[in-house]
Amino acid sequence: MSSNLDALYRRVIMDHYKKPRNRGVLEDGSHTINMNNPTCGDRIQLSLKVEDGIVVDAKQEGEGCSISMSSASMMTQAIKGKKVEDALVLSKVFSDMMQGKEIEEDLDLGDIEALQGVSKFPARIKCATLAWKAMEKGLKEEEQE
Amino acid sequence: MNIQDIRKQFPILDQEVNGRPLVYLDSSATSQKPLQVIEAIEKYYREINSNVHRGVHTLGTRATDAYEGAREKVRKFINAKSIQEVIFTRGTTTSLNTVAASYAAATVKEGDEIVITYMEHHSNIIPWQQVARKTGAQLKYIPLQADGTISLDDARATITANTKVVSVMQVSNVLGVINPVKEIAEIAHQNGAIMVVDAAQSAPHMKIDVQDLDCDFLAFSGHKMCGPTGIGVLYGKKQLLEKMEPIEFGGEMIDFVELYESTWKELPWKFEAGTPIIAGAIGLGAAIDFLNEIGLDNIAEHEHRLAAYALEKMAAVEGMTIYGPLDAAKRAGLVTFNLTDVHPHDVATVLDAEGIAVRAGHHCAQPLMRWLKASATARASFYLYNSEDDIDKLVEGLVKTKEYFSDVF
Repeated sequence: MSSNLDALYRRVIMDHYKKPRNRGVLEDGSHTINMNNPTCGDRIQLSLKVEDGIVVDAKQEGEGCSISMSSASMMTQAIKGKKVEDALVLSKVFSDMMQGKEIEEDLDLGDIEALQGVSKFPARIKCATLAWKAMEKGLKEEEQE
Repeated sequence: MNIQDIRKQFPILDQEVNGRPLVYLDSSATSQKPLQVIEAIEKYYREINSNVHRGVHTLGTRATDAYEGAREKVRKFINAKSIQEVIFTRGTTTSLNTVAASYAAATVKEGDEIVITYMEHHSNIIPWQQVARKTGAQLKYIPLQADGTISLDDARATITANTKVVSVMQVSNVLGVINPVKEIAEIAHQNGAIMVVDAAQSAPHMKIDVQDLDCDFLAFSGHKMCGPTGIGVLYGKKQLLEKMEPIEFGGEMIDFVELYESTWKELPWKFEAGTPIIAGAIGLGAAIDFLNEIGLDNIAEHEHRLAAYALEKMAAVEGMTIYGPLDAAKRAGLVTFNLTDVHPHDVATVLDAEGIAVRAGHHCAQPLMRWLKASATARASFYLYNSEDDIDKLVEGLVKTKEYFSDVF
């Protein structure tokens, strides 16, 4: 199979897809965001618990393809323990990455970096950004409160 | 039918996608266009482009003749009694919305029923939801049997004396089943209801005779039957269309305009507001000529054979779930499926890397997806330019997809 595909379906993506982190619903969450991608049927429910400007917990649940589900798993992993503003910065970085823009080299993106290959598959970018859009929506609500 | 000769008439098919020869298996979404359709549209713009039914000048007459000539081709294609029963629209969705917003909104009252089925496309659900909401009518669904077909007993049990409108797709864009719309029309009429047929997936693939079906309205799109996008047809029985009010006003559809009152043109132009879709209609006319030259019966038989071949080959792939009846006799030329543990989007991406175009998603049929207990599915759909070879490549691609995903885990 093509090496392009290998750039999309990295092992770490498949790992998150098969063993999603932070799967479930927070009973004591402060924000619940439901989002779906109407063109393909992917959906996510994200629950966030924000205390004193910090995302202390995040859980996600939904259904969709390997890209959308692994992205949701990685996203919750990445924002847990982060300040709201830092999580939103990360979201911007992720959006830039999906548009194929250069990312600052010293940024440690961890597993998220594996999703870089998605930018070469325009039809799949929306899969990868679904969970991040949900997170942005929730944290922007938080900022406005 | 010589597939190699037919393929030569579709220039788009002769290309590589992602380094592989294109295998186009998404004709249920939109079909490709043969040269004679592309050339008819080009010829219109190069030689006779003019507004219709207006100018005294020569080009205006030529454009009008070509536009109205296309209407006559459509009339013959579906065996309507008169061209007054053939309205050009933007597509199936607009056609169905016109019936809902004009006929149904004026006829349906609180306590009445509108009957559709679980397998309908969103375009044959939401217009009726809107009518039900505005009028207080009840929207009812004919259930599906385990294999995805409709039984006439269920249709009889759902359609009652309170039913005013029954609207059913002739061929399902997901299950591939061919529905007994003629028999359902009979049940509708016995109960005093009108019958609407969504022919978006049937008109490209099988002979349609509106008089034989005895449907009251029938809707289809040009772009799924080798024609251009942006053109479709609403057939309606004359006595119904005559009673209906237009839903768009101005341009082509007017007769006399006074300061405070106006009158409409006669059928079919009453429903064609604005400058009509002239090039689209001419392109659709050329598509009908093309399909007639090959013969709808030959096309239907060819697709039937492909469906039977695909069902057999695909069912042999390990981990394959096929939706809809496995009996090819009950089907048109498409197969909707899922591979265990591989999401349909991922299937479609891997196949695309092999040059194979399939559809993945909910296919604009979310209620049906819930009935199937699938959030999404993949679909391969066939048309007159596909061959057994395309299906072999699809099956090979599916085996590779399975292997690829078991390797990366």
